[in-house]
Amino acid sequence: MPCHGVGMTQALAWLGRATLDRLRALGHSAFFFVDLLRFSPAALRRWPLVLTQIHLIGNHSLLIIAASGLAVGFVLALQMYYALVTYGATESLGLVVNLALLRELGPVVTALLFAGRAGTSLTAEIGLMKAGEQLVAMELMAVDPRARVLAPRFLGGIVSMPVLALIFSSVGILGAYVVAVLLIGVDAGNFWSIMQDRVDVWRDLGNGIVKSMVFGVICTFVALYQGYESQPTPAGVAAATTRSVVIASLAVLGMDFILTALMFSTP
Amino acid sequence: MIKRSTETLVGLFVLLGLAALLFLALKAANLTGFSTESTYALSARFDNIGGLKVRAPVRSAGVTVGRVTAITLDPKTFQGVVGMDIRQGFRFPKDSSAKILTSGLLGDQYVGLEPGGDEADLVPGATITQTQSALVLENLIGQLIFNKAAESGDAGARK
Repeated sequence: MPCHGVGMTQALAWLGRATLDRLRALGHSAFFFVDLLRFSPAALRRWPLVLTQIHLIGNHSLLIIAASGLAVGFVLALQMYYALVTYGATESLGLVVNLALLRELGPVVTALLFAGRAGTSLTAEIGLMKAGEQLVAMELMAVDPRARVLAPRFLGGIVSMPVLALIFSSVGILGAYVVAVLLIGVDAGNFWSIMQDRVDVWRDLGNGIVKSMVFGVICTFVALYQGYESQPTPAGVAAATTRSVVIASLAVLGMDFILTALMFSTP
Repeated sequence: MIKRSTETLVGLFVLLGLAALLFLALKAANLTGFSTESTYALSARFDNIGGLKVRAPVRSAGVTVGRVTAITLDPKTFQGVVGMDIRQGFRFPKDSSAKILTSGLLGDQYVGLEPGGDEADLVPGATITQTQSALVLENLIGQLIFNKAAESGDAGARK
């Protein structure tokens, strides 16, 4: 019996330690987030740094975002046509594609691609800076690396994400137009007019932009945090990069459900 | 310190984003619609509103002149009260009637306004009382079966 008791105590201690560790990590990341927000206004004064980051994060992601948007538009239009033709409702093809892109696919797929394309490079960069003791060197020169290195990247990510999501949705709708109107032969007037009739600028487009801003904050924050807290070894940076993608993607998907429930649950 | 080309490219990137926003707002959504135009309120009482939804169009002679803004139930008369916002430019005679119609066979339901012949117009906030309820398929089928049964009953009696 005493042996059993020790086992129970150990299991209990393990559970408690695991819970405390998780809570500590959560609190730590929350403080990191507050720090980023605190340093962001100052980073705006170092505008060239932010501009360089927008160039690295935004411009360089443009090709993959546009290509994905086009592919999603193509496939969505083909699949929706296949489903709608049974009910003789092919003229609402444009509406279906448009709503799906503006509300969900645009922000979410852009965020997932962003986490893979830009988030990983941020994590690896910061992690290697840490491993190469560049961050420590900055601190020795009385330069806070959070203000000099992290905050401009944070702002760059937040600015880039909505722009990329808008481009994704636009290219997707153009892709759907190519398939639906030029290839299949849906009436072009119907394609556009039903969209304009049923899609609301503030409710659909506006909420989509709000979503992509939230995702921009999430993805960039996770990438920077994982880089900043990575083990300063090659294996540590590799693990941090993987964690960055996984955590950012899961956070985006979970947050998307919450935001959709808040924004679009009422008819 | 920062290359000129970087600035240009970032400018291009942001411009592309703005172009996308403009495209989505103007071409793929209804910014040019009359969501910003001034409207006045009307309401109508229906015995049955069927599947009418908020934001459904209000049409007269097929032309969209407004939107449904609210649907409530009058607790006294048990009628459905449909609130509508009509575009400021359109005034309808006092004895106009409202119907709930369906666009196409399976389409959405909308409110159809049929203008009457009265000299005076409906003032903002007025209620349309001459209404025709939505067609409920179950009631229609029920009536058809009832009529058929009555007919065959008559025929049987005559024999």
